[in-house]
Amino acid sequence: MQATNFPMPDLLPALPEIVVLVMACVVLLVEVYSKSRAAGYVLTLLTLLAAAGVTTFTAGPDTAYTFSGMFVDDAMADLLKLMTYLAGIAAVIYSRQYLADRDMFRGEYFALLLFAVLGMMVMISASHFLTLYLGLELLSLALYAMVALQRDSATAVEAAMKYFVLGALASGLLLYGMSMLYGLTGTLELAKMAEALNAGVKSELVLAFGLVFLVAGLGFKLGAAPFHMWVPDVYHGAPTAVTLFIGSAPKLAAFAFAIRLLVDGLQPAHGDWQQMLAVMAVLSLAIGNLAAIMQTNIKRMLAYSTISHMGFLLLGVLTGTFAGYSSALFYVVTYVIMSLGAFGMVLHLSRAGFEAENLDDYRGLNARHPWLAGVMGILMLSMAGLPPFVGFYAKLTILQALVGSGWLWLAVLAVLFSLIGAYYYLRVVKLMYFDTPHAEAMAPAPAGDARLLLSINGLAVLVLGILPQPLMALCAYAMQASLQ
Amino acid sequence: MDMKTLYLVVPLAPLAGAIVAGLFGKAIGRAGAHTVTILGVLVSFLASLVIFQDVLAGNTFNGAVYTWLTSGDLRLEVGFLIDPLSAVMMLVVTFVSLCVHVYTIGYMADDPGYQRFFSYISLFTFSMLMLVMSNNFLQLFFGWEAVGLVSYLLIGFWYTRESAIYANLKAFLVNRVGDFGFLLGIGLVLAYFGSLDYAEVFHKAPHLADQTISLIEGQNWLVITVICILLFIGAMGKSAQFPLHVWLPDSMEGPTPISALIHAATMVTAGIFMVARMSPLFELSDTALSFVMVIGAITALFMGFLGMIQNDIKRVVAYSTLSQLGYMTVALGVSAYSVAIFHLMTHAFFKALLFLAAGSVIIGMHHDQDIRNMGGLRKYMPITWITLLIGSLALIGTPGLSGFFSKDSIILATQASDLWGSGFAAFAVTAGVFVTAFYSFRMYFLVFHGKERFHTAHAGHDQEGGKDDDHHGHHHGGHSTPHESPWVVWLPLVLLAIPSVYAGWAYIEPMLFGDFFGASIFVDSEAHPAMASLREHFHGAGAMALHALMTLPFWLAVAGVAAAWYLYLVRRDLPERIRQRAGILYTILDRKYGFDDFNDWFFAGGARLLGSRLWRWGDVTAIDGVVVNGSARVVGQLAAIVRHLQSGYIYHYAFAMIIGVAALVTWFVD
Repeated sequence: MQATNFPMPDLLPALPEIVVLVMACVVLLVEVYSKSRAAGYVLTLLTLLAAAGVTTFTAGPDTAYTFSGMFVDDAMADLLKLMTYLAGIAAVIYSRQYLADRDMFRGEYFALLLFAVLGMMVMISASHFLTLYLGLELLSLALYAMVALQRDSATAVEAAMKYFVLGALASGLLLYGMSMLYGLTGTLELAKMAEALNAGVKSELVLAFGLVFLVAGLGFKLGAAPFHMWVPDVYHGAPTAVTLFIGSAPKLAAFAFAIRLLVDGLQPAHGDWQQMLAVMAVLSLAIGNLAAIMQTNIKRMLAYSTISHMGFLLLGVLTGTFAGYSSALFYVVTYVIMSLGAFGMVLHLSRAGFEAENLDDYRGLNARHPWLAGVMGILMLSMAGLPPFVGFYAKLTILQALVGSGWLWLAVLAVLFSLIGAYYYLRVVKLMYFDTPHAEAMAPAPAGDARLLLSINGLAVLVLGILPQPLMALCAYAMQASLQ
Repeated sequence: MDMKTLYLVVPLAPLAGAIVAGLFGKAIGRAGAHTVTILGVLVSFLASLVIFQDVLAGNTFNGAVYTWLTSGDLRLEVGFLIDPLSAVMMLVVTFVSLCVHVYTIGYMADDPGYQRFFSYISLFTFSMLMLVMSNNFLQLFFGWEAVGLVSYLLIGFWYTRESAIYANLKAFLVNRVGDFGFLLGIGLVLAYFGSLDYAEVFHKAPHLADQTISLIEGQNWLVITVICILLFIGAMGKSAQFPLHVWLPDSMEGPTPISALIHAATMVTAGIFMVARMSPLFELSDTALSFVMVIGAITALFMGFLGMIQNDIKRVVAYSTLSQLGYMTVALGVSAYSVAIFHLMTHAFFKALLFLAAGSVIIGMHHDQDIRNMGGLRKYMPITWITLLIGSLALIGTPGLSGFFSKDSIILATQASDLWGSGFAAFAVTAGVFVTAFYSFRMYFLVFHGKERFHTAHAGHDQEGGKDDDHHGHHHGGHSTPHESPWVVWLPLVLLAIPSVYAGWAYIEPMLFGDFFGASIFVDSEAHPAMASLREHFHGAGAMALHALMTLPFWLAVAGVAAAWYLYLVRRDLPERIRQRAGILYTILDRKYGFDDFNDWFFAGGARLLGSRLWRWGDVTAIDGVVVNGSARVVGQLAAIVRHLQSGYIYHYAFAMIIGVAALVTWFVD
């Protein structure tokens, strides 16, 4: 009798995931037995650093598959995972004071954050529909819980509810799309699916149907219009510390999701999804930029700004060219850096009993805290896409890729909407520098670590803007190594 | 340290100082601000010295240090060209800047904008260094605009004063005219050479020598001529050449240290430097050279005349600067580029000295700038007296001092030239010697000799208070005797007096007749033999100085000094009578040939008229009404709709998603 034909998989490519999984459980246990509130905080930071160490150590140009082709470790995955850890670390440091002020500085936040990171890592490394879905759900469930972490806040619970219901709907769409493609090709493995599609499909109709549902699920994860409705409400309703996290790292995972799904698995159907993405990109740019103008709450404003940024990201992906993918990768990496800084500033300026979430709160910030205003100014100008900040190059490379692949009208539209978008970023700068402050003084939280990180964050945006080449080259390299 | 790192240090050290003093001025305080900026410039000066030694040893550098953008074949980069020409400029800029930094400690001691001032002058030093070290047109233009910007900021440093705001706006606008030409020139270079890199452009230049361009139907011009004239128009703005000179006298509204640094020693010489740098282009066009020479000659002579009737001590020096810039331009026109740079260098020393000494006098006089109110200051301000005398002697070309060697070389070169217009130029630069000597010593005698008028003459001064440097507001009204300035003020004077004396005889031989400049300046000696003929007749610095005693320029200078002495010390009543006799002539000079009036009437008035028309029809109706407000209204309405969609109801959101899927399905499944 055959004992088993289930061989022990090669665990090395998944080592970072294993580290994070084990540590997330440890954080949960420590929370039960430890009196110290700081234990979870320290352990989380150490975990992320350790994972970063392992990922760096095992990084290389080679692509390794394991778990019977369900899991892949390639250069793009390494880069995105490193950025995810970075975003996690920044989120933890930025949030410390905020959480402490609101009695949320507990193991749950940290354990959920680690599980969310794990979910993202699985998504980033997925090479199979099931792993992709597994990671997605792990991430989503953790995020739903995080949004609802402030149990007695009505807005937070409402936001969590909306997020959960709409997320469930999106998961349903996604699964439906996956099942159709499975029916069409007989495989769930992305590489094999590409082969099967190349060989020709029986029904174009089923393919198109499946694609629409998959792209809709993807659009929800990215927060691209018309699947963006949850974004403003969740960003607004969630505690700012959670918003910071939702607004940054998951975008990396969503980008990986898009590349794995569309490029690794569905490249042969490129002509179809390209047009779907174009529709979503234009809608996102339009809705994101237009609606942001009307906002008075900076978290909502940044939420709409996220939607428009995701539109830009889609523009890079839809070109279907190597230049487009690597510029989209560059875009998402820089977007995460900018978004961390912007939400970090909102967190830093909040204190117990006060949320610095209204745009009016930023009036005359320069008069009181010129350095913070300067950092915020850099972040806003960079998001608007002004040189010499990195946001300029992010937009520029996407536009170059677009024009290079013949999408001139899309590039023109993108520029026009960016122009409209510049308005609301510049309004923040205007408020900080040219308006008189409110009578009550705005005192930032006395968190030196967060302030230092904010400074580094702002300067990184400036330095990367002056010397964008290394990061661009890294993105191009990671893309190249992964797409071979 | 690697030389390339050192090249970077030269501009970046002052930039760092400027940033620290500018952004953290409040935190580091006054002493902190001047320490950090002076340190930055000092480092830069020392680095320039090392680089200069390295260049003397034969090491030059031409390469990019940072690529900003690549677009097709066009590379936009920051790069350095380190050769003898830029090395000299770096040394001059950093040295004068260092002196001015130190001097500012004393001059601006009571000013509330102390840190801001230091930040600006360090920023200026950075910009100027970027300009002279550049190896491409783009960076040249960056430096060009950056020095213009800082100059604008500094002329209007006391921004609450009406006259300062007027002056900085004027400087900015006039320079725009020049920069427009400059930019067109750079555009043509890019269009015809396909590159902005100096080396590449100069390499291709001879191949394009015969190409013509037709700007007006039926009229063909050499491309090179058009490029050179356009570039030179830029130089005319920056180096204040006739008729774009009008901004420089007004720029004296700025604090005196920047008059010395920017409006005498460095920025205004950027045009001269640029033309010298472009010598491989200018050498190909006799027309452009003649144009350069004639403009320079007009400036040299006619601006000197204006200096003869000024009563504001700084304006005398300002007109003298205009006139000397004219000399340098003439030298460029006769292909004596090295002479122009040589005069630029010596002029930087003695003119910065004159300005700073004038500033010292102004401090001593408690911010009264009218030379009619001075007199007899020799006793009270001995160091200022002796240094200003040295500066003036150098300026008028006393044999042996630095100004003599450079100015006499210009006159000789002009006489040796045979280009169209060289006869007029030779006359202008020779006659200019008398004028220079006259106004220099008129000022000198009125300030340091004669009766002490500062006890009595203050009634008149108070009425013109607006023109003075009286920002400190101290000692106003109580007119104690003048006093010598503090050491931070006189030390730079002494430091500048040293090269004003010896830089001429020490460097004339290597700079003009040796091969110091090597390949960095190109002269076509067959077509333009002025320099070669000069070299033939040169038998050492000593012989040149001795020989000068028997030449016309020397005796013209003596005559100028004598006339000033006679009119302003012996027969004090004569100038007033001459003025009454020479009614029209005096009025013309007093109105500065009417340029300001014409500009105000024609350009400013015309522009305002045109502007108000465009504003009413173009702006208010078309742009504001339709484009701006119209589009803003549309955007606003769209935004309101989008916002309305965000109802907050979960079923609306779910509905939107389903609609989205349905729409995509109907679109793609057909």
